[in-house]
Amino acid sequence: MEIVRAGDKGAQDLARTEFRSAQMKSRDMLRGDLEGAELEAYVESRVLTTTLDKAVAWARGNAIFPATFGLACCAIEMMSIVAARVDLARFGFEAFRASPRQADLLILSGRISIKMAPVVRRIYDQMLEPKYVIAMGACSSSMGVFNNYAIVPADKFMPVDVHVPGCPPRPEALTHGILKLRNLILENPDLGWRDRYDGHGTVEVAPEGTTASAHAENVPGTEGGASA
Amino acid sequence: MPDATGLELFAQEIGDTDDQAVLGTVFFRDRATLLVSPKAVPAALQFLKGKGYTFLASVHGVDYFPEEPRLGVLYELLDMKTVDRITVKTRVHTEAPIVPSVTHDWPTANHQEREVYDMFGVHFTDHPDLRRILMPEDYEGFPQRRDFPIGGEPIIFTHSEAGGPGWWK
Repeated sequence: MEIVRAGDKGAQDLARTEFRSAQMKSRDMLRGDLEGAELEAYVESRVLTTTLDKAVAWARGNAIFPATFGLACCAIEMMSIVAARVDLARFGFEAFRASPRQADLLILSGRISIKMAPVVRRIYDQMLEPKYVIAMGACSSSMGVFNNYAIVPADKFMPVDVHVPGCPPRPEALTHGILKLRNLILENPDLGWRDRYDGHGTVEVAPEGTTASAHAENVPGTEGGASA
Repeated sequence: MPDATGLELFAQEIGDTDDQAVLGTVFFRDRATLLVSPKAVPAALQFLKGKGYTFLASVHGVDYFPEEPRLGVLYELLDMKTVDRITVKTRVHTEAPIVPSVTHDWPTANHQEREVYDMFGVHFTDHPDLRRILMPEDYEGFPQRRDFPIGGEPIIFTHSEAGGPGWWK
């Protein structure tokens, strides 16, 4: 059976010719027959130059590992973004990691009670830089209908990069939020959230006399130097 | 459901052993409620257990503000053989909210009494482990009381944020 493709016949022929000539050039280069201006042109067409920051941001932004962490009803929507319908694996964010040490992204999927807030903050502190946070749903952003004595908004105790509104947000909305976060990472490779939020000196410091305190003091300095 | 007569008979029988125990009976919309004094709660529940109400379905608190005595503790009992329900109700003042615990007779009351203590501040004497169960241990006040402020925080949106870092600009 013959497959007939629709479209411009002339453009197809041109593309085929260009592909053929590029193939021939590659063969000549491998044989060592290309020289001078032709070799320059060949290298220019094959090599992509960029800055290290951009390359790193590209790698970071396209493979975010969220933490396996559900808080409330929004978590059900969060689970469905990796399922067949929305399929976040298309963008490379499907690997939910069970340990905060391996995760880049914390999705606050639901209400955070004042009893849960220290736990969430601890999980955030255990994550390694670079780390990002999405506040999903009304409760973790503005507390929604639970604006009462028991609930605290995420902004009060940790920096949040993206707020996704909704009660709960549709899986598509969360996907949109994650893609916004990807844009943020790609366009602004500088981590710099401590500068954005004026959050210097907010790292969890272990009690006096333990080795962890020395490490905690180093964090703001090294982070600023690496991203400059 | 015990009918109105059956409820009166229960009240009579409890009153025979302790005439201070029963404060009244309410039979409203086929629901039987026995009002007892706080001290008589364990004895009344044990009496009803002997009558077949062997399942303590729920212990919960109510704040009747501005009525006095303000706080109420309700025990919902169920007879699983005849599917009969009866409510035992007691009222205490906020100044001395003391009710004897029934945890030793009904182990299920353990966590439910802790919850009533957490939310309404009713103190259950002889409870084996009377601590807060839902709110943090260092929380002050009893949030389900009617005179407790509803709480919540003013929400800062981007447009109303006065002294923000301005990183979005």
